[in-house]
Amino acid sequence: MSRHALFKFCLYVADDAPNSVQAIANLAAFCKAHLPDRYEIEIVDVYREPKRALTEGIFMTPTLVVLTPPPVRRIVGTLSHTQTVLLALGLTDITE
Amino acid sequence: MLSTGNKIKPVQSPLVKTPSKAPTGIAGFDEITGGGLPHGRTTLLVGGPGSGKTILALQFLVHGAQACKEPGIFVAFEESSRRIVANATSFGWKLAELQKKKLFFLDAQPKPDLIQSGDFDLGGMLAALEAQTREMGARRIVFDALDVVLALLPDPATKRREIYRLHEWLLAHNLTGIITAKAGGDEASAIIEQPFGFMQFMVDCAVILNHSVAQGVSHRNLRVQKYRGSSFDENESPFLIGNSGLEVAVARTPGRVDAKVSNERVSSGVERLDTMLGGGYYRGASVLITGFSGTAKTTLSGAFAEAACGRGESTMFVSFDSDCTEVIRNLASVGIRLDRYVKNGCLRMISARTIAGSAETYLVRIKTLAQEHGARCLVIDPVSAWYKSGNDLTAQSVADRLIDWSKGDGITLVCTSLLDEMSNRVESGSPLQISALADTWIHLNYLVQAGERNRGLSIVKSRGTAHSNQVRELILSDAGVTLTDTYTAGGEVLMGTLRWEKERAERVAHEAAEAAAKLKRLRLDAEEAELEVRLKSLQTELVAKQVEKALLVRSTQSHEGELSRGRTQMKELRGADATKPGRKVGPS
Repeated sequence: MSRHALFKFCLYVADDAPNSVQAIANLAAFCKAHLPDRYEIEIVDVYREPKRALTEGIFMTPTLVVLTPPPVRRIVGTLSHTQTVLLALGLTDITE
Repeated sequence: MLSTGNKIKPVQSPLVKTPSKAPTGIAGFDEITGGGLPHGRTTLLVGGPGSGKTILALQFLVHGAQACKEPGIFVAFEESSRRIVANATSFGWKLAELQKKKLFFLDAQPKPDLIQSGDFDLGGMLAALEAQTREMGARRIVFDALDVVLALLPDPATKRREIYRLHEWLLAHNLTGIITAKAGGDEASAIIEQPFGFMQFMVDCAVILNHSVAQGVSHRNLRVQKYRGSSFDENESPFLIGNSGLEVAVARTPGRVDAKVSNERVSSGVERLDTMLGGGYYRGASVLITGFSGTAKTTLSGAFAEAACGRGESTMFVSFDSDCTEVIRNLASVGIRLDRYVKNGCLRMISARTIAGSAETYLVRIKTLAQEHGARCLVIDPVSAWYKSGNDLTAQSVADRLIDWSKGDGITLVCTSLLDEMSNRVESGSPLQISALADTWIHLNYLVQAGERNRGLSIVKSRGTAHSNQVRELILSDAGVTLTDTYTAGGEVLMGTLRWEKERAERVAHEAAEAAAKLKRLRLDAEEAELEVRLKSLQTELVAKQVEKALLVRSTQSHEGELSRGRTQMKELRGADATKPGRKVGPS
């Protein structure tokens, strides 16, 4: 159903912490591989925008918030397990 | 000369210097730690489920916000802040007011639908907290149930890294922090086995909370495991969760000065008992009244309470046996009227049947209530009730602390202790062994004699006062409590009817003797009177005789005179010669 939907991501990172740097790279690679041309990524540095992290309830970094398509999902971690991310985004059938 | 003599400064060893402390406002805890938690350092709070970690941590924040002008942040990993606030209202902490400025709750519970992919860290939270800390000027912070979030981390190395990150962050921001973590079950030491067990080595202060059950009675205690740079009480200290938060029972700390000793005497409420004690109890003394059930222990302690109230001293009466109203009614039957003092607020009656829990719970509750009331005299009836709640050792130490505390506060304490008649007939068998600690020990006993039970009172000991060695009989009547002398006859003490009979017999004998004496006097009086009468009649007779005798003399004289005159006349008539002198007159 969400085969052609636009994916809006918001990735909360903690400055240049190794985990965060890795997550940015992983997300970029993932989008390129699985969601070509239908993704938008916003990267939020919690050190620059702590209030936003607070209101959003982001306590672990890196955290990927999937804004669209609904429902809003949160994936915590470096996104190194591609399978988990695919499952979370409901994209498993594509790769099969 | 010693010109510099007065300029010598006391040398303070750098070891003695203690870091500044952040008071927790928890009764007793600040005493154990010598002022509170280490300021600007991290404290680890370890305990099993329901051991009071969250409450302790929250109380620390509330106290900081209310009393120390130190705003705080509460990071809740486990419970939602709304629930914590709701739970805290039962302690009378007005969190809603504080929440605006001085207290901030951060809900950091991991969402149940959280998807995890790969490694992560707590950098986001620390960034958010940093902003919040700066904004509100927070000085205190609590991470409640850190283990919840640590459990999400994949391997021990990562957990360790995150804990260090947190610790470093706390130190860098000079925040006084509490981290709470669960320990498996009752064994607090089990935390060492857990991946974050090393936290105990990392932090500056570690407190272990325990919640155990001994003989079906719950016991809570806490122990300061370590406290860098400060001395602390190393023993397990029992605590309870009271109406206003945690209350920790503290044993007398070594630094405390000895209690002031008073020479003032306070009345025991029974006049003759005061006499027996040489003036009454000492102010601030602890008095133990032992006896079997029904030996008037309560009555005697009630008399003390009444006397104390009569002097206008705040008094507290704790009854473990019966309801307050019952106690008042029962005591009224022997002329001890406590109701008026309850009404004017001088006396506070507490029925401890309503307090459930361990001996610790009782002590802490009694202490709190007594301090609230400002009690100068305290009655606990009976203290042996503690014996049945929990193990003997605890009850013993509680009784020790009770006496220690009352002495320290200068409270005159009267406690009764029930002896079990069936199993224990020895006087020294006071179950709590507080008889050794008590200053005055009054023993009440039954004397079964001639088909009667009578109450006997004796003073087993009374420190520092001369006291009577005699067993007295305790008599309860609607006029009050009195003591009477007992009769010692043939090495046996007589009481009750026997005493009364003996008294009557003596009275009768006395009366008889009196009557006999009176009779004798009367008889003597009569005899005396009789003799007097006889004496009088004899005197009269004597006078008569004397008169008679005088009469006789006179009549003889006149007769003789008459005779000689007559002879002369005859001579004249006869014209006889004058009688020649020397011539015998007579018929020739």
